[in-house]
Amino acid sequence: MGKVYKFHNDVDTDQIIASQYLLYPTVEEMKAHTFESLDADFAANIKPGDFVVAAENFGCGSSREQAPAVLKALGVKAVLAKSFARIFYRNAINIGLPAIVCKDIYDHVEQGDEIELSMTEGTVTAGGQVYTCTKLPAHLQSILDQGGLIASLNEL
Amino acid sequence: MGMTIAEKIVALAAGVPEAKAGDIHTVELDYLMSNDGTTHLTVDMYNSLKHPRIADKNKLVWIVDHNVPCDSPKTAASQKKMRDFAKLNGITFYEGEGVCHQVMAEKYVCPGQLIFGADSHTCTYGALGAFGTGVGCTDYLYGMVTGKSWVLVPETLRFVLTGELSHGVTARDLILTIIGKIGANGANYKAMEFTGPAMKTLSMSDRLSICNLCVEAGAKTALMEVDEITLEYLAQHGGRTPKACFTSDPDAVFAAEYEINLSEVVPVTAKPHFVDNIAPVSECADVAIDEAFLGSCNNGRLEDLRLAAEIIRGRKVAPKVRFLVVPASREVYNAALKEGLLNVFMEAGAIVMNPNCSVCWGSCQGVIGEGEVLVSTGTRNFKGRAGDKNSFVYLASAATVTASAIAGKITQAF
Repeated sequence: MGKVYKFHNDVDTDQIIASQYLLYPTVEEMKAHTFESLDADFAANIKPGDFVVAAENFGCGSSREQAPAVLKALGVKAVLAKSFARIFYRNAINIGLPAIVCKDIYDHVEQGDEIELSMTEGTVTAGGQVYTCTKLPAHLQSILDQGGLIASLNEL
Repeated sequence: MGMTIAEKIVALAAGVPEAKAGDIHTVELDYLMSNDGTTHLTVDMYNSLKHPRIADKNKLVWIVDHNVPCDSPKTAASQKKMRDFAKLNGITFYEGEGVCHQVMAEKYVCPGQLIFGADSHTCTYGALGAFGTGVGCTDYLYGMVTGKSWVLVPETLRFVLTGELSHGVTARDLILTIIGKIGANGANYKAMEFTGPAMKTLSMSDRLSICNLCVEAGAKTALMEVDEITLEYLAQHGGRTPKACFTSDPDAVFAAEYEINLSEVVPVTAKPHFVDNIAPVSECADVAIDEAFLGSCNNGRLEDLRLAAEIIRGRKVAPKVRFLVVPASREVYNAALKEGLLNVFMEAGAIVMNPNCSVCWGSCQGVIGEGEVLVSTGTRNFKGRAGDKNSFVYLASAATVTASAIAGKITQAF
């Protein structure tokens, strides 16, 4: 089980991690500034295993991989959204952060609700209800299963 | 069945006779561009590999453009890491040469190529008939090590352009209008292809501006056909020759087709905080500004500077307004210098800066403070994009930005 942190439509990667932190030497130094403009306490409050839940087009804008990377570094278990912008989606899978398309969950949970995700079943459980999410295409699931694209490079 | 330009380029890069939207192909990449926004992380990941190696260093182009000159010790350390790695490994490296996409257009991109850039606006290269797409640093590293990557072949939205832009209306107004029409995710995962009789009225500068902004509708790439204008640009920029010149087949399948009459386009602005939040400039005419920015990979080219200089020649920037003029590349800067354009801006009270991303990315010289308003030819107006998280960015054309700098409020130029 993990807590829900809920965000709106068209959350862009500048909101996830702003430009002024991108050239910090490491993701560890950036992560305290995650979602700073939208929820200044996000980084302090989030616990490993919690979820980010969003509406349409999550992660639009810049290709900065720091966006999924800070979420992963804070221990976000998965991002569940009605839809994702393509670069964020690809980056998230590549670094091993599950980005799961789930059309129904957004309208049925509130900030702070406890939910559970089963990647193998392709379901999210919230308030006793089970919601279906889209399973990843096999190609992407295999990248995630290996622990991200870099891990697969080490196998070459 | 026929293929789109996007399908043809992927097929060529994959070495297969046919590619269809929805297929996943392993492709050979023609170039891999990276800038100082993420390369320090790529270097760290590279150094952590069990068997680090570079497939072909001649395919790599590294460009420091986001913070030039550097603004802090932390940034300096990250840029040094990138610079040192490039030197050690013989990677082509530029610094102070301009915004990465403008430099790539001037020196490298050829029609028919498939190019990865670790920057979302890599879709700019479609102006030269190349499939450019933005990726993160992990995808970049995979391409750097293997020379290859995987691509999901995109569906294509086709835009048939007719008519001609009216005086004072620019290609930037056109693409902002299109983004307003289809929305910030209207082209998500898709290619945007531009064709039609109006293409011959659009210069290479216009075309780069149009393709550049397609990612703001979510597009994976943007594409245009190669014509005399393309070939002349290539000839003038190092005599480059196309890898292949493609057009979509008459029986190619498009996800949707739109006809846009350019003569109906009016000057527009994208209001805070979304690029698809479009309104005619005339509706924002009372918005007071603190800063105006002319530059970026979208609108910092010579034609933009000429248009702006025509408007501001002999006039002054409004009191208490900063007008930043930032040519997109060294080539543009030098040409503007020779034409006397930079003098015009300096005499008007503008701040003329060296080629770099500047305030378009909000982490270098020119950022705005709490509650301030920027009118900008940059690429994005997201909350906090140009500085303080409680500031406001209006996107508009070079003409509107310049007229606004003079008036001290958002103003239509013509």
